[in-house]
Amino acid sequence: MTNREYDIVIIGSGAGGGTVAAELSQMTKGGIRVLLLEQGPRVSPEEMTGREVEMARALYADDGAFLTSKGTVSLAFARAYGGSTLVYTGTSLVAPERVIRSWGVSGLTSADVARRSAKYLVQNEVHLLPPEELNENNRLFVTGCRSAGFRAEQFPVNVRGCKGSSMCNLGCPNGAKLGTNAVQLPFAERHGVEVVTRAEVRRIEERAVHLRVRDKQPGEKGAPGEWAAGEYRVRAKVIVCAGGAIGTPALLLRSGFGRHMPALGAGFTCHPAHILLAEHARAITNDVGHPKSFYLDRAVEEGFVLETCMYFPFTTAKNLTGFGAPHSALMRAFPRLQMILALACDRAVPGNRVTVDKEGEPVVHYELTPRVVSSLVRATRAASRIFFAAGARRVHAPSAHPPLIDAKDAQCVDELIDARHFRAGKVSVSAAHLMGGAAMGAGRRSSVTDGWGRVHGLPWLRVADASLFPDSLEINPYVTIMALADRVAEAVRVDAPALLGARGAGAA
Amino acid sequence: MFHPVRDAFRAIAAAVVPEAARMDSAAWADVEGLIEDALATRPALVRGQLRLLVRVIDVLPMLRYGRRFTALDAERRTRVLEWVQNAPLRLLRRGLWGLRTLIMLGYYARPAAAVEIGYRAHPNGWEARV
Repeated sequence: MTNREYDIVIIGSGAGGGTVAAELSQMTKGGIRVLLLEQGPRVSPEEMTGREVEMARALYADDGAFLTSKGTVSLAFARAYGGSTLVYTGTSLVAPERVIRSWGVSGLTSADVARRSAKYLVQNEVHLLPPEELNENNRLFVTGCRSAGFRAEQFPVNVRGCKGSSMCNLGCPNGAKLGTNAVQLPFAERHGVEVVTRAEVRRIEERAVHLRVRDKQPGEKGAPGEWAAGEYRVRAKVIVCAGGAIGTPALLLRSGFGRHMPALGAGFTCHPAHILLAEHARAITNDVGHPKSFYLDRAVEEGFVLETCMYFPFTTAKNLTGFGAPHSALMRAFPRLQMILALACDRAVPGNRVTVDKEGEPVVHYELTPRVVSSLVRATRAASRIFFAAGARRVHAPSAHPPLIDAKDAQCVDELIDARHFRAGKVSVSAAHLMGGAAMGAGRRSSVTDGWGRVHGLPWLRVADASLFPDSLEINPYVTIMALADRVAEAVRVDAPALLGARGAGAA
Repeated sequence: MFHPVRDAFRAIAAAVVPEAARMDSAAWADVEGLIEDALATRPALVRGQLRLLVRVIDVLPMLRYGRRFTALDAERRTRVLEWVQNAPLRLLRRGLWGLRTLIMLGYYARPAAAVEIGYRAHPNGWEARV
């Protein structure tokens, strides 16, 4: 066991950890030592091959298919320098005012979240893609929405020099996405923050973390870890957890904090989603161009959001219902496929939570509530109407029996797509917007932190990631994670004199 | 993973992806290699459960057709898998879901399958289409 000492340790390098690292990096000028620990490797754009299984293994936990305890929902989250910002599509939305208000967190206003979000929209060069860069998969969504009586909106995205590889979710081979790996982490490192990759934090104790650094294995992607392989104990005056909505609650639980915090792990939400697709009569541009350029927000009216998407052969195949000749025929229509991701706006409910097993590994308990199933069914009906309005000749709807609906039955989607055909373990549900588990709130009975990410009763321990969300956000979450992490960093600076002593006062 | 149940596994795989029935031994090796790699990081218990499921599916048709899965024609194999897919027991449905997912991983994650289905994504994106 090697002992090290720092002033501030940040665990995780995604939207939360990366933001905190950048925001606290100025403190290093005052002699404050800041260390960021990332479990995954540092993978360069040159190593992003776009090969599905190879990249999923290199960048995601459990190859991108972390299953809930009953195996009914597949969760995708990254473990790499940049966290999940390495594998998102860069869609950059600001949290709706009604959602922040509904969270009811004392001192957290939508105006504050919007102000901080605006800072990151600028920092990440967020903009709308010009029309000539939009592929037909996206344009057909707009056409279909218009014909079906909906209004599609364009996603602002944070890309620079996008070549349209369509491989965003496998890590951009051109380094075009401006995630924390490209913006905040390099900034932090230039300004004195030390980053150690391949470093898995196993336990937190009073002002110290225990971690294990792994060697790079033969054939593994990424740079070697910055520290030699082995066990370390790092003392720190402030510890900021930003390991995500599964990693942070699991780390705190296996460290024993759950004994005094009944809300730790509770309130897990994830926007459970269906990948829906339709076949057109002709080939369309779908596997080239940015994959996610438009969305339809029906969160308030019907509890769902539709987004354009385009996935890879295996991901597409496993998300289709059924098997055999009909399944193969649809796969062989790939150049003619249009895709829509249907996300349900789930709610934090009792029972849906993160726990840990005997080895301290995370277990996610998640039941699809009747409300969520209804949302997915309504979303599938709306998407089917959009597909047909865009000219599709048949639609694959997981909650229909049989799942393929021909254009001649387009008027019957409400009858054909029904919750009674939705059978857990037969219909594929996946999620990538993982939220909650260490929620902000008023006290330790119902929450884990205050509105600034301070863990109740433990001023040296902070949380700065999506686990802070008291409930589902109903939009893509990374900008809001950054806004909240910005608040957490501000609180660390404000508290620095008390936490870090005289050097802290000077640095803050 | 596959050695003790290889014939039954390949019969199921060919029912899940009919084109697999035409694969040569090199292609089967690719498919099974990808699946073995995916399972390498999973607990040994999972691999045991999968082997058990393959065996169950192989003997299940004895009740209805008096023959093993491997001895059935394509139409009957499909019927058996459809029954398992809609089984009242969630455990069985989940098991088949996992097995079919692995088969699809093995089949569709191969570069040859991408060519076969017309998937053309390229790191150079639009430039590669000119």
